[in-house]
Amino acid sequence: MSAVRAIAVHVVRESVRDKVLYNLILFAVLMISASYFVGLLSAGQEVKIIKDLGLGATAVFGLLIAVFIGIGLVSKEVERRSIYTLLSKPVRRHEVVLGKYCGLVLTLAVNLAIMAVTVYAVLGYMSVTGSEEFRRGLEAPATDPAMLKAFFLIFVQLMLVAAIALFFSTFCGSLVAAGLTVGLYVVGHFTADLRSLQDVVDAPVAGFVAMGLSYLLPDLAAFDVSADVVHAQPVTIGYILLTVGYAFAYIGALLVGAMAVFSRRDFT
Amino acid sequence: MHAVRLRELTKYFRVGFWRPRARRAIHRVTLDVAQGEVLGYLGPNGSGKTTTLKLLMQLLFPTSGSAEILGRPAGDIDVRRRVAFLPEHPHFYDNLTAEELLRYFAGLCGCDRHEANRRTSTLLDRVGIGNERRLHLRKYSKGMLQRVGIAQALVNDPEVVFLDEPMSGLDPLGRRDIRQLLLSLRGEGRTLFFSSHILSDAEAICSRVAILSEGRLIASGKLSELGLRVQGWELVVTGITASRAKTLASEANSVTRVADGRYVIELPAHRPPEQVITALVGSGAQIQSLNPHHETLEEFFVEQVTRQREEDERQRVSA
Repeated sequence: MSAVRAIAVHVVRESVRDKVLYNLILFAVLMISASYFVGLLSAGQEVKIIKDLGLGATAVFGLLIAVFIGIGLVSKEVERRSIYTLLSKPVRRHEVVLGKYCGLVLTLAVNLAIMAVTVYAVLGYMSVTGSEEFRRGLEAPATDPAMLKAFFLIFVQLMLVAAIALFFSTFCGSLVAAGLTVGLYVVGHFTADLRSLQDVVDAPVAGFVAMGLSYLLPDLAAFDVSADVVHAQPVTIGYILLTVGYAFAYIGALLVGAMAVFSRRDFT
Repeated sequence: MHAVRLRELTKYFRVGFWRPRARRAIHRVTLDVAQGEVLGYLGPNGSGKTTTLKLLMQLLFPTSGSAEILGRPAGDIDVRRRVAFLPEHPHFYDNLTAEELLRYFAGLCGCDRHEANRRTSTLLDRVGIGNERRLHLRKYSKGMLQRVGIAQALVNDPEVVFLDEPMSGLDPLGRRDIRQLLLSLRGEGRTLFFSSHILSDAEAICSRVAILSEGRLIASGKLSELGLRVQGWELVVTGITASRAKTLASEANSVTRVADGRYVIELPAHRPPEQVITALVGSGAQIQSLNPHHETLEEFFVEQVTRQREEDERQRVSA
């Protein structure tokens, strides 16, 4: 376990010094802050707009961080040939995969925390500067703690995306791995449509294949509870637990796959 | 127990996408390296040196055959604690400093924080990076990275050190420094297994060499046992006259007068020096020294590789 911990700490250290990461966070913070001004343009819906934009920006920039850092963890290490030195140390290959993943999850957690704090800061500012009448008109408090549920599910979704990126990067180059991860992320938001395809097309085989794919591909839409949170709809603990359980099962399968591929790979 | 033991080690790569075919990297390489020995693993580019080292580090898996280090399979995790590897043109993490890199690797080798700090400091001083230890690695020159590479290889105090072209791409000063480092490692009794195509370095450092050509081991042994041919003799004498020296010039390659009445006589390989010495001593000359001119390792290497290629070509044509 000490090797896993050492590799995870190393990933965090390398990531926090990466200029790409700084730029992404800076951009995300600017976007979230800018949502304040966008909110001002929509009379009566300011808080909803800020919440919506804030959660959306967190998901998008979180995705970019997960993909860019995730694919670099293994494929860049192979391309730069630093993997030769790493694997010559008394480290098992599966420990490398696990350590890299843990480091990426830690990095994501820190980044998401920064973005969540920024969203709450903007909402807090709006709440403090707004009139009593404005506050009374809100469906939910501006700094609604229920938003943490949405942030948490975004984080779990990004953990899953990171596992996908890591999986692809164990056997693909950086660009291909990035393309495949983003592709799967997009498709993962339409699994419900795939499931209902057989109801709308007159081709049973295509419908059957789409149905099969919908169960095989990750259902990423399940993690998006932004609309519920923004409109003060309840998100039950049961739903969160079920979604997290689904994510962990999927992540486990991806990591096992990544470790299996990585353990048998020749580094030419 | 041997430090390294290769038995019929073979690696073929599959190349081509639509019609994959096997390409030989190394073929049935059998080799033993004793503990404390310094082995120069020599061969032209593409002969399979790096492949062998990668098989030993289990960066590659063999097609057949076996590789053992310190009596255990090459991939054994306990063995990895006792060995080290410096890849060719090492590349590390741009955003880390040399100090952080060494601490990271020391941690992976099981050192606690205190021990990792101690080893990091000692090793960086030893390889001459002490003052630049807090500089990011992306700012390092090639020679400095090579030194960091050697430092990281020593972080676990290894018994066997594998080095892939440790002097490749370095300027003469860099090569001299790395050679000094390797000599000091040899002095500490560590086993060194290093690949190179710079034969003068191998000649200066190695106690034994193995020569690889197109994936096959074509010669191995101590430099003195390789059968490096005597290409001539250098005889230094005093007490001969100028006319005697002139007579000798007809049977020698050259006769040169140097300081203090000494003459250097270059004899051809086919002229036994004993006869000349007997005749000279009989005429009152004093023998100062006699040295053989051996074929250099480079000449031996070129001859072996050329012969192997001609043999391969003959077999190809006859097939």
